[in-house]
Amino acid sequence: MKKLALALLWFAALPLVACGGGPSAPTPSTGLPADAAAVAQERGLTADDIYAAVKTYTPSGKTDPYIMLASGGQSGQMLVIGVPSMRILKEIAVFTPEPWQGYGFGGSSDAVLAGGKVNGKDVLWGDTHHPSISETAGSYDGQFAFINDKANARVAVIDLRDFSTKQILKNPNAINDHGGAFVTPNTEYVIEGPQYAAPMSWAYAPLDQYKDKYIGLVTLWKFDRLKGRLDPANSFQIELPPYWQDLCDAGKGPSDGWFFCNSFNTELATGGVELGNPPFEAGTTKNDTDYLHIINWKKAEEDFKAGKGEKINGMAVLRLKTAIEDGILYFTPEAKSPHGSDVTPGGEYIVVGGKLDPHVTIYSFQKIQDTIKAGGLSKDQYGVPVLPLDKTMESQVELGLGPLHTVFDDKGYAYTSLFLDSAVARWTLGGPYASKHPEPGWKLVQKLPVQYNIGHITAVEGDTATPGGQFVVALNKWSIDRFANVGPLLPQNFQLVDIGKTGDQMKVLYDMPIGMAEPHYAQIIKVDRLKPFEVYPQVGWNAETMSVDPKATLKQEDAKVVRNGKEVEVFMTVIRSHYAPERVQVKKGDHVVWHLTSLERTRDATHGFALSGYNINLSLEPGKTETIEFTADQAGTYTYYCTEFCSALHLEMMGYFLVEP
Amino acid sequence: MKSLKSLFTLDPDVKVLLPDGSTHNLADYLLPSALLMIGALLLMISMFLPYWSMTLKAPQYPKGLKVEIYVNHLQGDMREIDELNHYLGMPELDKGGQLERSISYYAIIVFGLLLIAGVFVHNQWAAIIALPILAYPLVFLADLFYILYQYGHSIDPKSALGGAIKPFTPPLLGEGKVGQFGTVANFEIGFYLVLGAIGVILIGLWFHRAAYKPLADARKRVRTAQAAA
Repeated sequence: MKKLALALLWFAALPLVACGGGPSAPTPSTGLPADAAAVAQERGLTADDIYAAVKTYTPSGKTDPYIMLASGGQSGQMLVIGVPSMRILKEIAVFTPEPWQGYGFGGSSDAVLAGGKVNGKDVLWGDTHHPSISETAGSYDGQFAFINDKANARVAVIDLRDFSTKQILKNPNAINDHGGAFVTPNTEYVIEGPQYAAPMSWAYAPLDQYKDKYIGLVTLWKFDRLKGRLDPANSFQIELPPYWQDLCDAGKGPSDGWFFCNSFNTELATGGVELGNPPFEAGTTKNDTDYLHIINWKKAEEDFKAGKGEKINGMAVLRLKTAIEDGILYFTPEAKSPHGSDVTPGGEYIVVGGKLDPHVTIYSFQKIQDTIKAGGLSKDQYGVPVLPLDKTMESQVELGLGPLHTVFDDKGYAYTSLFLDSAVARWTLGGPYASKHPEPGWKLVQKLPVQYNIGHITAVEGDTATPGGQFVVALNKWSIDRFANVGPLLPQNFQLVDIGKTGDQMKVLYDMPIGMAEPHYAQIIKVDRLKPFEVYPQVGWNAETMSVDPKATLKQEDAKVVRNGKEVEVFMTVIRSHYAPERVQVKKGDHVVWHLTSLERTRDATHGFALSGYNINLSLEPGKTETIEFTADQAGTYTYYCTEFCSALHLEMMGYFLVEP
Repeated sequence: MKSLKSLFTLDPDVKVLLPDGSTHNLADYLLPSALLMIGALLLMISMFLPYWSMTLKAPQYPKGLKVEIYVNHLQGDMREIDELNHYLGMPELDKGGQLERSISYYAIIVFGLLLIAGVFVHNQWAAIIALPILAYPLVFLADLFYILYQYGHSIDPKSALGGAIKPFTPPLLGEGKVGQFGTVANFEIGFYLVLGAIGVILIGLWFHRAAYKPLADARKRVRTAQAAA
């Protein structure tokens, strides 16, 4: 009886199994279709090429599972790239005016750009280096991104609800930076590390006073998540010796509360090749080791809150003496000319690559703490305690020539860019990671050639507490012969690398030319962590305040021109395919304040607003309100029109701006 | 029908005594009242559900544009449809049927009250009272057709494309075409609830008649007997 029941169950289950696959189940592939095989043969594609194509090809209408935010290098912008398709989705204007987004051409973004003035002077470009997505508990939360401008020591805040720049801050006491932007695990602070030493607030001092007058200066910008802005009043700086600090990374997990920056001029070289001195390139590489800076930011924060900072240009600065006395700053030797200082996902180790040393050095945070506790430390020339290398080092792994920067995956592997070898090294982490991969810990597994001269490297959430695996992107500085020749200024080459399989099976999948600047670092986030607006939440939305603008015009009937003496205020609505009003008449010399509100609610129904002769162009995404202000100082007949092809009657979307003499 | 009645047979020994001394099951009287009340309830529920919808499809609207008609309001992509319609010089969707929408709740409440009255009116007038309700879906459709006709025949010749299209009436049900848009019109759950309510009310009236006809007859017999005496 029992057997019969079982047999019946079997029969009952069969149709379920048979139907389980459903129509969407992929049919097992028995090879390429004949026409595709013919194309592959004609184009000389290998089996590897076909694998790469299938791995990266994103069919029309499908979207990418990952988004890469890449530094825009000298363009001063940030790139948004889909991974694995490697399609550029957007360029976010940050430090440089950009007309498509209406960034810096009359709208509210003018004020954002003005925040980046240096000594009151407009600086309308930037050298963006390291994007940093805001984090919660050490993982990207997809809310904000930060990026630094190395050339002028500035930091920008990008709101990832609308992928636009909300704030630029000029560092009041530094003139260049490099170790930024890096966030602490809950984005309490955005770290802006220095680079080339200069006197405090870049005051003048001759170079023979380098040792005494020149300083390094790391800034901790307090981030106000609710306002979506950095808060200078609650930010502070820590003075460092003039050692040319480089990249930084914040600790997490056990190392939360600390951050780590390396340095490369402990020689205090001051250059002067024209005077017969060794040039910087030689002067800064004389010593075998430089110093990894180990900084206790929680302690520094306590000191800052206790008022121990010295106010300089409105910013509290913890002097070097305080940093030493209060146990904020420690050094440990690192191989000379290092670049990356990268904390492992669990926060146990710090990995440092020395460009001129074939190893990566792995420091143990626990050993660092034990050594600090043990005391009896020697001091460097500025009095900073130095932890001996043999006491702080966990391991060293020989990878090859020019190790720069390291990222991590979900299988306990680390990936280090090798600049001189032009390769990506995959190697194994030891300790708690040893059980995640088949190989023993602290061993080189594979070196994959990349084309050419890789600088930074990035992996899916590869610098967070929760790396995603799957893909690495090699951010190559040279492309040489990888693309059709477009003249002597060549694109950079972002190379997508498949890291989905263990062992020595990494593969280059795709070359993506970047033909607008030389980017530095990039971060890759899972798309579902991002929650951007489809359209602005309400009509009349001011993208700067992220709320409805009191000057918005919510209905076309309310559009009007109000004159008050020589002040003319225009309340304009914008919708397919007309502006209201379509005639604006003023007198020469009038001061014009012009509010524009898009009444659109449909995704992608964006309008532009270009006003001839006045250097004005706006982007009015659905629901957005913008305000422009100018003096009508030239009499004449001007036109304004929509610069986004919005509809079949787009060309008719215009108006006349008449300035009476 | 028997089983339907048995639902209301609380106790077969509880009987209704008619004037002539004959007895009927209590269920015979409870059932029609309950059905009329269920009809009223379904009508009430329909106020909160869409009656009709139109979906517009065009290449640049991958999700389509949909507007749902409730008895007292419209819901969906009216803003974008209006935006497109302004090129044709068509009136805003919200302009249509304003009077009907403003009185719809009251009308349905009146329907409910009529049905309650029906429970207490124990003669043919009960059916007469229910007549407006039976006519309700037909009136709704006729009015909707009129509104659609008005939309398609109120084209402003001064609008961008007003001169280029002929007056038209979007279909009440099924597919049509306006410009680059394919349209699909459908009845929605609210309308089907109304039809269901009418079905229930008709059955209720049938049982109503079945219950109260014997009562009226019994009264007649008693009166005839009294007159004879």
